[in-house]
Amino acid sequence: MPAHNHIHAQNKQMENEQRWELRLYVAGQTPKSILAFKNITRYCSEYLEGRYSIEVIDLLKNPQLAEGDQIIAIPTLIRKVPEPIRKIIGDLSNEEKVLVGLNIRPIPVINEP
Amino acid sequence: MHQSVQFPKTSTGIEGLDEITNGGFPKGRPILICGSAGCGKTLFGIQFLVNGIKEQNEPGVFISFEESTADLTFNVLSLGFDLRKLQAENKLRIDHIRIERSEIQETGEYDLEGLFIRLDHAIKTVGAKRVVLDTIESLFSGMDNETLLRSEIRRLFQWLREKGVTAIITGERGEKSLTRQGLEEYVSDCVLLLDFRVIDQIATRRLRIVKYRGSTHGTNEYPFLIDESGISVIPITSLKLNYKTSTRIVSTGVPSLDVLFDGGGVYEGSSSLVTGTAGTAKTILAGHFAAGSGQRQERVLFFSFEESPDQLIRNMLSIGVDLRPFIDAGLLLIHASRPTLQGLEMHLLLFHKLMKEFDPRTVIVDPISSLVSVGSPLEVKAMLVRLMDSLKLKKINCLFTALIGQGGDAGNDPMVDTVSSLADNWFYLKNEVEGGRRQRMLSIVKSRGMEHYNDFIPFSITREGIKIASTQSHSRSKQTNGK
Repeated sequence: MPAHNHIHAQNKQMENEQRWELRLYVAGQTPKSILAFKNITRYCSEYLEGRYSIEVIDLLKNPQLAEGDQIIAIPTLIRKVPEPIRKIIGDLSNEEKVLVGLNIRPIPVINEP
Repeated sequence: MHQSVQFPKTSTGIEGLDEITNGGFPKGRPILICGSAGCGKTLFGIQFLVNGIKEQNEPGVFISFEESTADLTFNVLSLGFDLRKLQAENKLRIDHIRIERSEIQETGEYDLEGLFIRLDHAIKTVGAKRVVLDTIESLFSGMDNETLLRSEIRRLFQWLREKGVTAIITGERGEKSLTRQGLEEYVSDCVLLLDFRVIDQIATRRLRIVKYRGSTHGTNEYPFLIDESGISVIPITSLKLNYKTSTRIVSTGVPSLDVLFDGGGVYEGSSSLVTGTAGTAKTILAGHFAAGSGQRQERVLFFSFEESPDQLIRNMLSIGVDLRPFIDAGLLLIHASRPTLQGLEMHLLLFHKLMKEFDPRTVIVDPISSLVSVGSPLEVKAMLVRLMDSLKLKKINCLFTALIGQGGDAGNDPMVDTVSSLADNWFYLKNEVEGGRRQRMLSIVKSRGMEHYNDFIPFSITREGIKIASTQSHSRSKQTNGK
């Protein structure tokens, strides 16, 4: 089971304690895969700083792993946690779509009174 | 040598289909099988794989885009295909590819490399030589980028060719094209169309080879059957009239009838037709014919469309012909069913199946006229021609009875007309009423290659069976039908 025990964000808000466990499926170092990795890393560091992990699975090396997450398209990004599982296929170039797809809401930058 | 160059083929695993395709599917190529829902595509694929494993020692991979592995395994279990066992033996691999549109978001460019990797992994795991993709069109319902899907599917088929696997790709029948997504554009080697039709409340499955590049093939629509042993196609190839004939004589089972033939019976492997109106003792003559075969210790297969086996046995017993010992000795098999129970093709297939299982020397169909209730005269004619041809090829004696209308002339009945021209021997039975007395009459209309009595001869049904009046009292007019 995914553990929630190493939260190191200082934010006390419940919503922000949520960790994001992401998995990116690629097949070798293709331009699309590299771009997808770059994109997701950028979005995460921007919106989920310190609360995410990205596991990259290269199906060329571990083809047997494709079945478990029902992978057919490459690249595929999977949000394992929080549930439910979401899948985004493509090079993740459309930021808005990715954020909506992963259900990531930017941390509100409101000055508290 | 170069004239006989034929690319290698591999057995389809489907009975009868290898004959139609002149040896099977093109080995190492993709084959498209299209048809509407419920026409047997999935089963076709499974049978191709299972028989490939069992008969050709070619492991297989089944990629299911629709049914789950568990469903698939369960559904074909009743047909005797134990997929779990084959998987355990590492000869079969089933991969269920589930595409949930609601789960998937698309952003930016992608390809279907994941599918290729899965397929490749599956192929390598079992060392597959055969692959089934059922049905790849499901991809289109799960993903938006149609252009990409098309180019990836094209790439997939090319990839399968390079892999050298014989692959069946199934596709749903489209409105205007063979498949909804026009897969036939990508698979050009071999395309089969399955069809499931209901005509006059009788369902018939048919198969047609739309194209088969580089190979001759049958072009007709062939009926096929799904029963407890899977799919079989009626093995009707273009039979040629080159069967060997026999000079051996066999008894009709009625000694007093045998003497009307110069040879003392009919030729072995010849076909006999018995026509007559209702109540002219056609079935009794057929029963004698069966008993005659049994007495020769030759197996006889009796298709009864109007009487149950018990009824037939009882009725024959009442005239002193006991069929029971032949049944007990395994020499007589009576298969009784209503003609309307199934379509004509099913009947023909059943004939073939039973003939294969029982290996009879004599086949009796009583009566063929009732088959008209399940097919048009044209279809019945085609079926009987096929049946008679295959019987002749195997030198099996056959006797068909046919009912003709009251007071009717056999020549007026289109089916009798057809069969009588095919039959080697033709017995015409009638009842004549004279002064309140009914007299049974028999005439041998023809007997190919043998001299025979030509006149109508009275006969009676006694406690010892059919007795034909002594021919001494009749003019010894004989006729040879040399045709």
